[in-house]
Amino acid sequence: MITYFFIFLAVLAIASALAMVISKNTVNSALFLVLNMVALAGLFLLLKAQFLAVVQILVYAGAIMVLFLFVIMLLNVQDEENLFSKFRVKYFVAFLVGIVVFSQLLYSIGSFTEVLPEVSPEMTEAGTVEAVGEVLYSQYLLPFHIIALLLTAAVNGALMIAQHKIKSGVTND
Amino acid sequence: MISIDWFLALSALLFCVGIIGVLIRKNAIVIFMCVELMLNAVNLSLVSFSSHFGNVDGQILVFFALAVAAAEAVVGLAIIIAIFRNNLSVDINNVNLLRW
Repeated sequence: MITYFFIFLAVLAIASALAMVISKNTVNSALFLVLNMVALAGLFLLLKAQFLAVVQILVYAGAIMVLFLFVIMLLNVQDEENLFSKFRVKYFVAFLVGIVVFSQLLYSIGSFTEVLPEVSPEMTEAGTVEAVGEVLYSQYLLPFHIIALLLTAAVNGALMIAQHKIKSGVTND
Repeated sequence: MISIDWFLALSALLFCVGIIGVLIRKNAIVIFMCVELMLNAVNLSLVSFSSHFGNVDGQILVFFALAVAAAEAVVGLAIIIAIFRNNLSVDINNVNLLRW
């Protein structure tokens, strides 16, 4: 049963990723990326990482993708034509690079998996909110605060970059 | 229980789809979404190792990667808006000020 669920989610993730890369309309690409993230959240649930599955849907599929859709509809980008309509050397090189990286990753995975131990039942308790929060608020407390500073700085920087009168004071022309 | 190498292979495949998307697309927003896809693929491999070894540290790392990805998305989209304001397009072929 779990195997069928994994196959379903994996096919969904790969198909939505490919559809995101291929589709001409930018809004369709963003919606396929949302589907991909939902499939990844399901895979996190299969891996007993409940907290991260919820955070994945809340932060990625909720907040970040809404931001993407806002920007896409704000900028009113037109569709990208002539993708795959004629053969280009660039596409060939891109697929070659992708296949090379994929084979490298599979080679390193294949040489590593014999070392891994089998999953025992007590190992699957690691992903609950209790376990994650206990480590996050004791051992990783300083990085947690630094992340808060980083988010504040990022919001301020985004406001500085995206506001309209950036040219009047900062640049030298 | 599914063996961990299927999760790792899926992660590698999603990462390579992201690489191909970054290389072949010309829309800056779609390139940015492909970068998010690659981040997600790495997150999947981290979570699978974490739940396999029963160690929470990998999931903490994924949590921090999520926060950094949110900050990166905000700043990147602001940069895309600034680019669009300057040359009324998000096609990266038109952004050639620093190209030799």
